[in-house]
Amino acid sequence: MENTIIKFAMGTCGIASGTQDILNLFDKELSRLNYPASLVKTGCMGHCYAEPTISITLPGKDAVYFGNVNEERARDIIDHFLLKGDHTEGIIPPEGDFSRKQLKIALRNCGEIDPENIQEYIDREGYKALMKCLTKKPEKVIAEIKDSGLRGRGGGGFSTGLKWEITRKSKSDVKYVVCNADEGDPGAFMDRSVLEGDPHSVIEAMIICGYSIGSNNGLVYIRAEYPLAISRLKTALNQAREQGFLGENILHSGFSFDIEIRYGAGAFVCGEETALIHSMEGMRGEPTFKPPYPSVSGYMGKPTCVNNVETLANIATIIRNGAEWFSSIGTATSKGTKVFALAGKIKRTGLIEVPMGTTLREIIFEIGGGIKGIKKFKAAQTGGPSGGCLSEQYLDTPIDYEHLLEAGSMMGSGGMIVLDEDDCMVSMAKFYLEFSIDESCGKCAPCRLGNKRLHEMLVKITDGKGTMADLQKIKDLSVVIKDTSLCGLGQTSPNPVLSTLNQFHDEYVAHIEERNCSAHQCKELIHYVILPDKCTGCTVCFRNCPVEAIYGDKGEVHSILDHQCIKCGICLSKCKFNAIIIN
Amino acid sequence: MTTLSESTRNFLVELCRKYRNDEHELINVLHEAQDALGYLPVEVQHLVAGELKIPDARVYGVVTFYSFFTMVPKGKFDISICMGTACYVKGNELILDEFKRRLNVKVGGTTPDGIFTLSTLRCVGACSLAPVVSIGNKVFGNVTPLQVKKIIDEYIEKAEELH
Repeated sequence: MENTIIKFAMGTCGIASGTQDILNLFDKELSRLNYPASLVKTGCMGHCYAEPTISITLPGKDAVYFGNVNEERARDIIDHFLLKGDHTEGIIPPEGDFSRKQLKIALRNCGEIDPENIQEYIDREGYKALMKCLTKKPEKVIAEIKDSGLRGRGGGGFSTGLKWEITRKSKSDVKYVVCNADEGDPGAFMDRSVLEGDPHSVIEAMIICGYSIGSNNGLVYIRAEYPLAISRLKTALNQAREQGFLGENILHSGFSFDIEIRYGAGAFVCGEETALIHSMEGMRGEPTFKPPYPSVSGYMGKPTCVNNVETLANIATIIRNGAEWFSSIGTATSKGTKVFALAGKIKRTGLIEVPMGTTLREIIFEIGGGIKGIKKFKAAQTGGPSGGCLSEQYLDTPIDYEHLLEAGSMMGSGGMIVLDEDDCMVSMAKFYLEFSIDESCGKCAPCRLGNKRLHEMLVKITDGKGTMADLQKIKDLSVVIKDTSLCGLGQTSPNPVLSTLNQFHDEYVAHIEERNCSAHQCKELIHYVILPDKCTGCTVCFRNCPVEAIYGDKGEVHSILDHQCIKCGICLSKCKFNAIIIN
Repeated sequence: MTTLSESTRNFLVELCRKYRNDEHELINVLHEAQDALGYLPVEVQHLVAGELKIPDARVYGVVTFYSFFTMVPKGKFDISICMGTACYVKGNELILDEFKRRLNVKVGGTTPDGIFTLSTLRCVGACSLAPVVSIGNKVFGNVTPLQVKKIIDEYIEKAEELH
């Protein structure tokens, strides 16, 4: 009889939620019971809202997913589901809202296979695409990718096939394939998840790219902040070498290719191709003028094809199923699927993959289950510090590269943060701008200095000192920064400001003219007040105030010293009598 | 300028040799050096520059460019507050303020007793657990300002045990 297979989602967030303890518990209990089961560590299954997540496949049955598996639930699953075959709490329905609208291509193996066991990848048609390619002419492979309509998933959206073709046509004895795994966008974790859950899909694609463009050298540029992804990638590279997929004379084809790892050191700007290349050369990660494009002159001055992790994760499936299949998915200009990291004020956060053209409403209200609590949806932020906010009016916009640009945002790498009424849009713009200021490499004055001035004006507004004239200045300066910066970071850094100013103009005006922050987020504009008719003098607020800003005797009405109050909100959350309000 | 110990010098020379004294491997060399030494003081940079045959300024430029590298020693425990967007909308600023207030240090600062360094990081990708604080390999999720004291106390105890 076949064993029951139990898979444990062990990406970074799964581990942080304690999946290892759950695995240990299963291991101990099942061996005590002599229950025949194979326990497998996989990457992220996507159900970040329900970590720790596990899946159980009984012999001859479909996999059943369980969410929020704590110790108690784990014992319940063992006692009832495994031993008695009963229904147990915590099953995530396969046809539920979270899964129904999803289509997994790039994430096809994430959460399904053990990323540290190459055989599991091979069993799911792994490296078949490579074998297929090695029997074809490189030009044919490139044509297939071009016809599929695959575009760069790192945010740029440039045709992948075209990039390969240009690099192929660049004449040089040495060429490089680079995988950009410098996922710096805050709130985005799909590249990390792919590398943690299915590193071979990226390796296979890099070899195919090398074969197509005529290169024998691959490099993965990965953030040093992703230790788990690095270690799984290293393991995968070694296994691929042992099996003859990497190295000299791959599968006796005469083609040789190998991959090295290069580490980032914490610089967002290195996501930009030219900056990334300088960083790999051991220099400061400053961007340089294009052209020449890396496909003509890149790493060490040689033609270099830079592709993002998610882009590469699509390649093998395209080769296996054909360009026609891939281009049948998606919209007129954007083919295939897109992975989003769904986070923020949403019921079901997670790692999701949907066909291009899916609407924001479907993602947020069906897959994500809507807004947490009783608050109203306010906006969705896409594209990170380079993107913008999409308000309610865009909920039915099909998501693809063009529509997002039209709406004043951009695809970016795929972070999607959902905001509710409690989020102040001016503060949001300020937050992203702080990020861009921090991460500006300092080469171009408009980005280095302009963003600082822009930030000062936003601070003025959130401090209640802004004027209407500032709004025009903000717009003018933003346009200058966009027009005169050299690289993508500077050119897009004012986007969060412009898009919020555009869509939430009234909120800016309220901050300026009424000194009012409706989200109660701008500390300078809010005051905590105790209502005398509701306060019972129970002293809970007094005892919990971290800065002794509350005074009053037991049984007497308490008061807050405004100048001492740090507006942490602890008193508000502790008061049982709704006696504290924000003015 | 202090001088490096003989063993540190040997370690760095060996390290550079491992990377064929290739200037393009500078970032890899610095990563390993910091892993072993904890930080990259000017003396270390000077030695590495000499071994790789590049100007000191190149090394200094790289060390100060990347946020991962540090020129000052860090505390025993590095408390990193995630500054990603998901953590931001879930109120990480209150958490950061509370740590700053309780430890009485600025971001990047180390407490006088050398136990804690307070730092921020971009995104650990555990966005569903926001707001997130990470200390070493441990990730604390759904942190509230009220928990801050407890977390600090827990690590003060650990530091005492290590003594």
